[in-house]
Amino acid sequence: MLLRHTPEKLEEREALTIQPAKTCQPVGAMYAALGIHGCLPHSHGSQGCCAYHRSALTRHYREPVMAATSSFTEGASVFGGQANLLEAIQNIFTLYNPDVLSIHTTCLSETIGDDLPQIIAKAYDEGKVPDGKFILKTNTPSYVGSHVTGFSNMVKSIVDSFGKKGPKGKHINIIPGYVEPSDMAEVKHIAKSMGLDAVVFPDTDGVLNGPQTGHFEMYPRGGTTIDNLKRIGTARATIALGPLASGPAAKALDTSCGVPCELLNLPIGLSATDDFVSALRKLGGVVSDEIEYERGQLLDMLTDMQQYFHNRKVALIGDPDQLVSLTQFLTDIGFTVRHVITGTSGKKFIKRVTDAAGTEDMNVREGSDFFYLHQLILNEKVDLIIGNSYAKYMSRDLDIPHVRMGFPIYDRVGHQYFPTAGYRGAMRLVEKLLSALMDYQDKTVPEEKFDLVM
Amino acid sequence: MTEYSNSADIKEALTKKYPAKVARKRAKAIVVNDVGPEDKVPEIQANVRTVPGIITMRGCAYAGCKGVVLGPTRDVLQITHGPIGCGFYSWLTRRNQTKPYTANDPNYMPYGMSTDMQDENIIFGGEKKLKKAIEEAVRIFHPKAIGVFSTCPVGLIGDDVHAVCREMEEKFPDVNIFGFSCEGYKGVSQSAGHHIANNKIFTDVVGQGTMQKEGKFRMNLLGEYNIGGDAFELNRIFEACGITVHSTFSGNSTYEEFKSAQNVDLNTVMCHRSINYLADMMEKKWGIPWFKVNFIGAESTAKSLRKIAAYFGDKELIARTEEVIETEMAEVRKTLADVKKRTEGKTAMLFVGGSRAHHYQDLFRELGIKSIAAGYEFAHRDDYEGRKVIPSIKVDADTRNIEELTIENDPVNYRPRKTEAELKELTEKAGIRFNDYEGMMPEMEQGTLAIDDLNHHELEVLIEKCHPDIICAGIKEKYVVQKQGIPMKQMHSYDYQGPYAGFKGAINFYHEIDRMIHTKVWKMIKSPWSEKPQLTAHYGNE
Repeated sequence: MLLRHTPEKLEEREALTIQPAKTCQPVGAMYAALGIHGCLPHSHGSQGCCAYHRSALTRHYREPVMAATSSFTEGASVFGGQANLLEAIQNIFTLYNPDVLSIHTTCLSETIGDDLPQIIAKAYDEGKVPDGKFILKTNTPSYVGSHVTGFSNMVKSIVDSFGKKGPKGKHINIIPGYVEPSDMAEVKHIAKSMGLDAVVFPDTDGVLNGPQTGHFEMYPRGGTTIDNLKRIGTARATIALGPLASGPAAKALDTSCGVPCELLNLPIGLSATDDFVSALRKLGGVVSDEIEYERGQLLDMLTDMQQYFHNRKVALIGDPDQLVSLTQFLTDIGFTVRHVITGTSGKKFIKRVTDAAGTEDMNVREGSDFFYLHQLILNEKVDLIIGNSYAKYMSRDLDIPHVRMGFPIYDRVGHQYFPTAGYRGAMRLVEKLLSALMDYQDKTVPEEKFDLVM
Repeated sequence: MTEYSNSADIKEALTKKYPAKVARKRAKAIVVNDVGPEDKVPEIQANVRTVPGIITMRGCAYAGCKGVVLGPTRDVLQITHGPIGCGFYSWLTRRNQTKPYTANDPNYMPYGMSTDMQDENIIFGGEKKLKKAIEEAVRIFHPKAIGVFSTCPVGLIGDDVHAVCREMEEKFPDVNIFGFSCEGYKGVSQSAGHHIANNKIFTDVVGQGTMQKEGKFRMNLLGEYNIGGDAFELNRIFEACGITVHSTFSGNSTYEEFKSAQNVDLNTVMCHRSINYLADMMEKKWGIPWFKVNFIGAESTAKSLRKIAAYFGDKELIARTEEVIETEMAEVRKTLADVKKRTEGKTAMLFVGGSRAHHYQDLFRELGIKSIAAGYEFAHRDDYEGRKVIPSIKVDADTRNIEELTIENDPVNYRPRKTEAELKELTEKAGIRFNDYEGMMPEMEQGTLAIDDLNHHELEVLIEKCHPDIICAGIKEKYVVQKQGIPMKQMHSYDYQGPYAGFKGAINFYHEIDRMIHTKVWKMIKSPWSEKPQLTAHYGNE
């Protein structure tokens, strides 16, 4: 057994996190920053942070993930990182010439209290920032929140930097949440199909799912353009998908520029996508034949295959916004959602999940970990686990099928290119759920029960 | 026509775009190789601070300590003390394979553990939480040993990790609890973390046990981390020869083996950079000689095995070792005869690690592939130029901050395994250079490039100027290179393959490089219509 030491007996832990179900803020900030066209993320801290974040994102996307670091040494940690950051800014614009430099902090620079606005002002004073370039700054202390918080903080910084008041235009904003590039593409597809001019930000589609062309592009063609970011303050409305990841930015834009916002769950699954489409309708979008057709196809798949989901027990582990929508969808199609675990802290999560499931008869935890989920499953077995690649260890030990979803996915491909958001994303999700359950059935049923047609 | 013959021009191109100060600094880390008498090579700048903002390949001291050196140990329970990130990223990502002796033996590697420090711990200190975390770990896992790894904020807020470990050890006398001050900002790269790991393992673990393994010829293998199962393959070979590996530092290793690692007659060193401190300290304390080995490459494997057999000096061992080499090499030659036809004359570049950029040149040489440029991420001058330059290395502030232990002969257990005369004879007759490493550059061809701490900009220039057939580096560089249609072999994770060490490993590597360079998919990147005239016109419009 790979996880041979996990005891069945559940004991509360106060201090030790075992098999974490979250990681730290800066990686989320780096991911969000990559969703701006021509942006180079910069990690203000030890170079190990940047190396770890780039490695994690590269393994997950199998794409170049470019980012720079202030490369703190012990001296910088004692005397402050100003000299390092100033030198970094000069080198970055000289060598890599990004349109936007997006600086986020780390636990190191936060602990010593480096003052980013002051250092950046100094960089401008010293002429280290060429004309027409933008510098974004975000505080992402690793000892607060999780990677989702870091994403959320970075998106809010985009609003703080680019949100300028002005006469309202016809366009709307959509903040897609901490989802895959493929999901951001799906969000754009739906808005476009409904005839809306939508600024989607951040947008990692075309950045972290790019084509093989025989050429490396430091700044791939994807990402929200600066021209579009300059329009976010004059939008008619903002739709924020995923309250945790997108809420703070949407609210900030409402406060600073008077752009009203609607907070929705991530459009994962049928009803959450219906909500998204309905919200777009309210803003003047027209449900196109195309969208209607996609919804119909999803429904067709569900009605055809619902028997395989009925009363199957499922355990979920991942990030809050995803888990809420997933719980809703799985419940809608007949699963019994038994255990839902997130590493990210936040009390609201419990109620959001139980509301989505329509019952409190389930185990829901925030600020928890894989170890705890494993123990829950030892006490009450499930038919399926949905979670990131780390769930494969318990899946193997417990002989329970595992559908990969969330961050990170280090051992499969597809999430870059194929969405789980929108109606088409839901179809892919259904296909994955079915394959996992049916493959398991095919592998384990007695020979006389082995069916050609299923 | 290849341009790599003109290394001086390439060097100029590499630094041309830099601001003046950066150009001056980087120029010292880029050296055109020139091997003179007695393997003298030009001085290269290494183990100095990375230029901020330059997009380095390097990581941090924590990664070197927890990730590299201690990570592969399955039954030392490891707790990262810090915010969640560091513990998360170093959890199972390095492919250190491990195989417990029985199904009940402890293996904590699949469990990533962290104190997940929150803001109140940063403000009021994290010692209380760490104590509690250790208590919980002991209660749940009952380990024999616990290692605590400090991340950046721990040092800054002044948590005394070592005092906590001592206190908890008093509370749990059956558990050896020790801490590593491997905050990420220490030193200039992973290298500082290696040194910190070596020191603590030496002071708190090695020498505390008495376990003796069966066998006449007992040695340790230092600096082998069992990535992709390398140590498994090496153990297979050693067993066939009749050599007992007491402990491997630290691939596929156990705490008991570490504790009693002094019960051997030889230390062999694979990755010089990450583990030479331990070899040196064990030599001084217990009189165990060490020499450098390399099991990457079939010829290198044979050479290293012969050295080990010669060291023990037993006729039967020498004969059996020759038999093993003969049998294994037959298969190696058969594969090479096929593969080399396709790989001969190709070119490679290697930018990785603190030893791999050197070791893997042997495998490429066997394939007839020339390594035209190479460099390390976190090595020191001695890894490039050989240990002979150590006395002339300037110790800067970043290095001075890493503790250098002073070791005396153990009053009871110091026992030189060989007399001075025997060592001298082994050097003269078997070519064994004790306590030495010849470095990468003396083995590289004249006019090739050695570049320390390569960054993204320089990698791009090198590719443009040299068009190598294959590049070896890490995950961060993988797709940057491959987007340009050039295969890139990850040398940390082996692209989830391996083993590449030993004889079977060499065969795996030959096939893999053959596949990577020749797979049809590279040729499919250009679409059938991309060369048609009207599309050319489109390109012109862009």
